Amino acid sequence: MPADGLPGSEARALPAAPAVYCHDLVVRYGPRTAVDHVSLVAGRGEVVCILGPNGAGKTSTVECLEGYRRPASGTLQVLGLNPTTDHRALVARIGVMLQRGGVYPMLGPGHALRLFAAYYERPEDPEALLDRVGLRSVARTPWRHLSGGEQARLSLALALVGRPEVLFLDEPTAGVDPEGRLAVREVIRDARDRGACVLLTTHELTEAERLADRVLVLAQGSVVAEGSPTSLVGEPGAAREVAFGAPPGLDLGELEGVIGAGTTVTEGEPGRYRVTVAIHTATASGGSPQVLGPDVAPGALAATVATWLAGRGVAFSDLRVGRSLEEQYLEVLHTRGEGPEPQAWKPR
Amino acid sequence: MSALRPYVAQVGAETYMTLRRGETLLVTVGIPVAFLVFFSTSHVVSTGPGPAVSFFVPGILALAVMSTAMVSLGIATGFERGYGVLKRLGATPLGRPRLLGAKVTTVFFVEVVQAAVLVPVGYALGWQPGHGHAGAAVASALAVAVLATVAFGGIGLLLAGVLRAEVNLAAANGLYLVLLLLGGMVVPLAKLPGALADVARALPAAALSDALHAALGSGSPVPAAAWVTLGGWAVGASALAALTFRWE
Repeated sequence: MPADGLPGSEARALPAAPAVYCHDLVVRYGPRTAVDHVSLVAGRGEVVCILGPNGAGKTSTVECLEGYRRPASGTLQVLGLNPTTDHRALVARIGVMLQRGGVYPMLGPGHALRLFAAYYERPEDPEALLDRVGLRSVARTPWRHLSGGEQARLSLALALVGRPEVLFLDEPTAGVDPEGRLAVREVIRDARDRGACVLLTTHELTEAERLADRVLVLAQGSVVAEGSPTSLVGEPGAAREVAFGAPPGLDLGELEGVIGAGTTVTEGEPGRYRVTVAIHTATASGGSPQVLGPDVAPGALAATVATWLAGRGVAFSDLRVGRSLEEQYLEVLHTRGEGPEPQAWKPR
Repeated sequence: MSALRPYVAQVGAETYMTLRRGETLLVTVGIPVAFLVFFSTSHVVSTGPGPAVSFFVPGILALAVMSTAMVSLGIATGFERGYGVLKRLGATPLGRPRLLGAKVTTVFFVEVVQAAVLVPVGYALGWQPGHGHAGAAVASALAVAVLATVAFGGIGLLLAGVLRAEVNLAAANGLYLVLLLLGGMVVPLAKLPGALADVARALPAAALSDALHAALGSGSPVPAAAWVTLGGWAVGASALAALTFRWE
């Protein structure tokens, strides 16, 4: 990690500098602290996702890195440059997608892309970009007449047209239809594969799970969890869970009996079931922790549940082993007592 | 070379958008032409000796400069801020000097279009420019128009910088109406009550129309007071605009 003493104002990237480096960032709006000592590092060829509810400080963090906001304190470097003092050197090398707007309402995608391409030394071919984001058929439609998904794809294309080394995408899939989301994800992976660093924010768990190499969970201005989507999901104990959807009112006791002691089956909301097998560990004197109770392999647990359901002629769906990032995320927020009530969190 | 490419592209886009906005064309070309024809032929305002059109051509050219530099530029810029366009441009290599340069260039383009429409209409209505030296008259009219563009552009951008887009829209239109009536453009300043006329003379609109009346009408030199007033507004308004301008 670069030391704090690095000459941040020097308008030349240091070879060893990570694409995005943010240490102890604090942002205040009057008396309110929006970002409270957030640190993050993102490398080239990496997609890092900041996940969190509205008001968690996601946009404030990104806008400091984009150079829009001056932090109250903290060390920020993008491509080894200071986002505010080296703004002019930096804008040629970053691509920005704002949470909303940012495009002339009168311009169609073709015109807007050609205009933005003219700002950069070695831009992408606007025509090729139009095809890549799937806006060819609406190339001449003014921005204000585009659908939400088309507007988002245009904003994304405008962020890409300068061949950025770092992409900042603020809620790139908010309000985007499923087809548009596929296009957005593909374009983001593409940028990553070409070596760009992608820093994106979202409040949607599925997006983070699908897109990110690494996820930072932000709540009330602080990082409350960090890791790969799978590491966040698959922490110890997590694999001993199976969740599924089926008609409401199943006989939970019978299923518990089939799996064995230590099993709890709950129906959180009607038709959504979760099977948990408790793993009790105890440390024998001088020895290593030992597993007490049934040690059910996750796959076997899923198979047992599926067999039981099939045997009773019950139709089921979404059978998954372990916990989704959503459940993990809610638990993290909930445990800290900082998040919204779990019921308020439903992916769209 | 490459430093100019973003500027040229921006001028192209700004000009395209300005000339395609119906409401902009209405205020920059439609209303001035309609006023020129209506007031020159209807005699609702007495303009002293000589054909009425000789008073109204310089007055309406002054109105044209004000409507483009203040109303059209200010309202468009206010909405661009509201739509997040300015913020987004702040994260591109375009930069503020080239953006503002492109906007000013576009205003001059539109003013050329306005003159190209209004002057022939004036001639068709029987306008006869003053008897002074034609080249000198055009040169001083152009210098006055440039200075007035800076002054009104500064006012428009100042409003756009401090007001919300919708409030800015109302304020720019309201100011346009006030300056139209107090600007010696369609009502000669001599017709205003004395105290009001004194106030009006301190405003950039009357200074602009006074200067154009001198250059294009009587052929007399532009009064020093008009230069001073326009220069003061140009410096003051653009400095304030620069201080208060916000990207977001």
